[in-house]
This record gives sequence, C-alpha cells and structure tokens, in this order.
Amino acid sequence: MKADSSRYERQIILPEIGEEGQKRLAKSRVLIVGVGGLGSPLALYLAGAGVGMIGLIDDDVVSVSNLQRQVLYDEGQVGKPKALCARQRLQALNGEITVLAYNERLDETNAMRLISEYDIVVDGTDNFETRLLISDVCQELNKPYVYAAIGGLEGQVAVLCKGSATYRTLFPELPSPSDTQTGKEVVGVTPAVVGSVAASQVLQLICDYGEPLIDRLWSIDLRTLQCFTIDI
Amino acid sequence: MNINVNNKTITTDSANLSALAQELSLPEKGVAVAIENKMVPRTLWEQTPLEEGTSVVIIKAACGG
Repeated sequence: MKADSSRYERQIILPEIGEEGQKRLAKSRVLIVGVGGLGSPLALYLAGAGVGMIGLIDDDVVSVSNLQRQVLYDEGQVGKPKALCARQRLQALNGEITVLAYNERLDETNAMRLISEYDIVVDGTDNFETRLLISDVCQELNKPYVYAAIGGLEGQVAVLCKGSATYRTLFPELPSPSDTQTGKEVVGVTPAVVGSVAASQVLQLICDYGEPLIDRLWSIDLRTLQCFTIDI
Repeated sequence: MNINVNNKTITTDSANLSALAQELSLPEKGVAVAIENKMVPRTLWEQTPLEEGTSVVIIKAACGG
C-alpha cells in the first residue's frame, strides 16, 4: 500500500510522540524473540505504530491450542511456522515497514549476530534459559532488553541492560520449574495485558517519553489488578 | 510484630528477611524480594532486619510467554 500520511495521525498528535517520535519509530529496529502469547500483541502494536524494522524469531508452528491467546494467528495457519505467518500478518497490517522472519530458535550460535542487527530486543519467550541468553548478549552489545514474562493470571515487565540491572541481577540463579509454581496455565488476556505494557515500554524507549521501567520490575496480578513496581 | 507483605498485613516473629522467606516457604531460586520497594539481593537477606510496619514485596519469576 502507498504511504498515507494519515496512518499515524492519531499518535503524532500526542505531544509525547509527535513528528519527531514518528521519525524515530521509522528508523528503529526491534527484535521480538518469540511470537506466541506475548509476542502477538507486541508485534501487532509495534507494527501498527510504525517501527521501521521488526525482526521475529521463533522456531515453533501454530497449533490449535495457541489460538486462545496468540492473536496473530487463525485456524487456517495451524501447522505453519509462526515466524512466517506473523510476518505475513504484520505486512498486511503495515506495508510501510520491514518485517524479517527467522524460523529458528535463538541460541548461542545466532544470538550475537541477530541481536547486533537491532536497537532493542523485546521478550516473548517461554523459558528462563533464552531470557538469560538475551540478557547476557544485550549487556555485552549494550542494547536495551525489554523483559516480559507471564504465568497464569500474573505478569511482569522490566527494562534491563539499559541502566545497571540485567536478568542476572533480578534472578541470579535460574529457578527450576518447581520453584515458580507456574506451568502452562494461562488465559489469553494475561499476555494481552503484559505484552501491551512491554510494547508501550518499547515506544517509550524509542520516543523518549515518560518514565520507562529502567532498572525497575513491574508486576500485575489480574485477579486483583494489584501492581507492584520495585527498584532492582 | 505486624509487617506488610504484598499489601497484606501479617504478624510475624521473623527478625530478618531470611527468616521471613523460610516462614513463607519461598522458593530457593527465582524470587525477587523488595523492602520499601527496593530489591534486596538474597545474599543480604540474613542481615536485613524486619521492623514493625516494614513493607515487603515478593515477586516470583514467571517463565511463560
């Protein structure tokens, strides 16, 4: 679709974004690691907002049990690679941006190379090990890491590797599954809320407004809407 | 004494964070604990005293996405 100046008009009239912020968004490169529950709202809102280059990395395929919360996908895509389906969806939403899909898993062999090509990394992963890897590489490359994680009806977000805190500061020792009491249980609205907060942090970092969660951990419990923000 | 844990008042005899963690059966790993909204590393729990009215926040690591 041809560039249309009205696409971003509703956010450009916000003083926090404005023309300058929109230019920054267009120039920014964001890597989304994992396009599942968290990655879905992250990818959709960042693409909608006009982040100029979005990378999507995931080695999984769409399954029926994903559809309850992974709003990027539909029934016709079951069995197909998530990264490729997500790319197609985002390009249909916004043809003015570049979307790159990596149908692979982020690991020690590719993390440094991939992350070095982006300005910000945002978290949509479903395990501790990948979060630790992202944090270590982001710290080394001096790239902000927007951390997000969910379990059940709870979620948390932080901006790491931008100030002094890393994932290792937050959790120096990786928990074992029995320590966390969170398994696969989740309702769709949990990643919707938490992924949207993480997307908001990315916009704040790029456009430089408000008080992003640098060296702070935010948590929410959707049973009570009780939130905490602690200094890490 | 009474302290505040995640906005709930509890009565405890635990003199420091380490004792409180035991009392509450917190996991050995993967939990962030803050006093007055400032995270306290596990290595300092034992030397972090609790006083009447202390506000403690406990956030367990989540791993889902």
